[in-house]
Amino acid sequence: MTRRARGLLVQAALAAALVLGFGYLACNAAQNLGARNIASGFAYLWREAGFEIGETGFISYSAADSYLRALAIGLANTLRVAALGVALATVLGTLLGLARLAPNLLLSKLAGAYVEVVRNVPLLVQLFFWYVLITENLPAPADALNPLPGLFLSNRGIFFPLPGNVPVLSGFNFTGGGALSPEFATLLAGLVTYTAAFIAEIVRAGVLSVPRGQVEAARSLGLGRRDTLRRVVLPQALRLIVPPLTSQYLNLTKNSSLAVAIGYPDLVSIANTTMNQTGQAIEGVAVIMATFLTISLSISAFMGWYNRRVALRGLAA
Amino acid sequence: MNWLRARLFSNWWSALATLAILWLAWKLLPPFVEWALVDAVWRAADPRECRAPGAGACWAFIWEKHRFILFGTYPYEQQWRPAIATGLLVFLWVFSSFKHSWKWWLPALWVMGLALIAVLMWGGVFGLAYVENERWGGLILTLLLASAGIAFAFPLSILLALGRRSELPVLRAACICYIELIRGVPLISVLFMASVMLPLFLPAGVTIDKLLRAQLALVLFAAAYLAEVVRGGLQAMPRHQEETADALGFSWWGKMRLVILPQALRLSIPPLVNTFIGFFKDTSLVLIIGLFDLLSTIKVSLQDPVWSGFGAEAYLFASLVYFAFCYAMSAYSRRLERGDAPRLLAQS
Repeated sequence: MTRRARGLLVQAALAAALVLGFGYLACNAAQNLGARNIASGFAYLWREAGFEIGETGFISYSAADSYLRALAIGLANTLRVAALGVALATVLGTLLGLARLAPNLLLSKLAGAYVEVVRNVPLLVQLFFWYVLITENLPAPADALNPLPGLFLSNRGIFFPLPGNVPVLSGFNFTGGGALSPEFATLLAGLVTYTAAFIAEIVRAGVLSVPRGQVEAARSLGLGRRDTLRRVVLPQALRLIVPPLTSQYLNLTKNSSLAVAIGYPDLVSIANTTMNQTGQAIEGVAVIMATFLTISLSISAFMGWYNRRVALRGLAA
Repeated sequence: MNWLRARLFSNWWSALATLAILWLAWKLLPPFVEWALVDAVWRAADPRECRAPGAGACWAFIWEKHRFILFGTYPYEQQWRPAIATGLLVFLWVFSSFKHSWKWWLPALWVMGLALIAVLMWGGVFGLAYVENERWGGLILTLLLASAGIAFAFPLSILLALGRRSELPVLRAACICYIELIRGVPLISVLFMASVMLPLFLPAGVTIDKLLRAQLALVLFAAAYLAEVVRGGLQAMPRHQEETADALGFSWWGKMRLVILPQALRLSIPPLVNTFIGFFKDTSLVLIIGLFDLLSTIKVSLQDPVWSGFGAEAYLFASLVYFAFCYAMSAYSRRLERGDAPRLLAQS
């Protein structure tokens, strides 16, 4: 048999096996769903959800609303924590990465120790730790910590002032100003501190990749340390930094699904509740996967565009 | 003295950073040491000793619960079995980390080791009482999920990586779809798929228990990530290796098995270890679908009303255990990266 014919045969066999395999699974699923009286399809999305959601953001919601609206709130919550997380993790990660390269011994060792510790402990453990720290070890609102004027840390959440609107203690909790629930604060703190450790390593590798000659040339041209970093080192380092940074952004977004473990109502958490109530497991998992694939592809596309912008002309690939 | 000046006080802002760090250390370190060590309660018959005013960290909580944390709900008088299994598993990993043991018989040793662990854990033969795997838990479950996950995912990932680089379009497309789909979604959705969706896809009457379903999900998940690492190793191979093998008349399988893979896999060992670390940490997610791994037994211990309120101690302890394993792995991977990878390639 020729090489070509064998290739065709192998592929035909693979395609047949895949089709048969999926067909078999689908048949089983149809039978099982029939036996359990679960109607397949997405019609359940328009039924009444019947459960409350702790944090609804800017969308109004009550238990009488549909599952679809509940899931939309979950998605909004996921995007909110992911967007804030990406921004803060980038800032913290860059600072840590530069601190690791700083000539100051204490600073670089401290940043190194931080990266080493945070990267080697599961995010879920860190989330539980932060959550316990906030809900068990912070005082009640009446004795809230007040490190800065208008900023209050309590076991009911973190309260901060907005322009013209300062949080005030009334009854058992604060009103006014901005507020982060314990769950949101935990998730955000966990995601940011965890991802920043990985970003720090990427930034460090990127900066180290710029040949020393570039720095020396810039310094001998009379540029200060800061200008050397900003105008010579960073633009070149970015080319190496952007691709792995993209995958860290994707990781942060995917990791935000750990919200389900601490009770922040993100998409996965609400889809999980939906699955438990309706038994529509296939649809629920499909919703989660489709949403995250869309988010992943969007971030990849955006970062690809940005990467082409920072890449050298003619080298973009 | 000069050295100190150069490394700590080279200019005014470096000096400022040094002073700020020293001030923070002065403010934070003594209270922490006092809480964690000096005032800590190491043993206590009664949790009230931990709640006494001025008492520091309650490590007595960990001591009180250590059997449950390590072995979960495994029958109490049989817990020597998971203890031996844990030791055996750790031994297998340490043994595999030495270069002298990277021989053809290493996979065989793993098969034997895992079989022995299975006998120990399940029992039912040699006079060992049978213990169903719903009762497995604690550290051994975490280690088993990670080890068996890698052991099964690794061969699968090699096939996926080869498939992704294949010249056959259908095979390549199938592998790319699989790898990108899994890498595009969070692990928790794959775990949900295994825990709530998979039972719907099995023929009526067939059930797979929760532990095996979670293990399956972890294998499928890890394989996609490992496949990308293996692909990186394959891509780093110089073209002439393949061309030489072709010219010598190797078949495709012979070429891969004898020429390309041995070199490519050695090249990808450091990134593989890094992926292992990530995977080891990821096994903690099985808590969400209700398995009793190390993190889960710690979390459940906290629900004991008599010993509630020691969450900080509990999770610090969890961090310490995970850190010990992950740090050992990352130190190993760094050592390989520093000098061994190029030499290994030259050697083969």
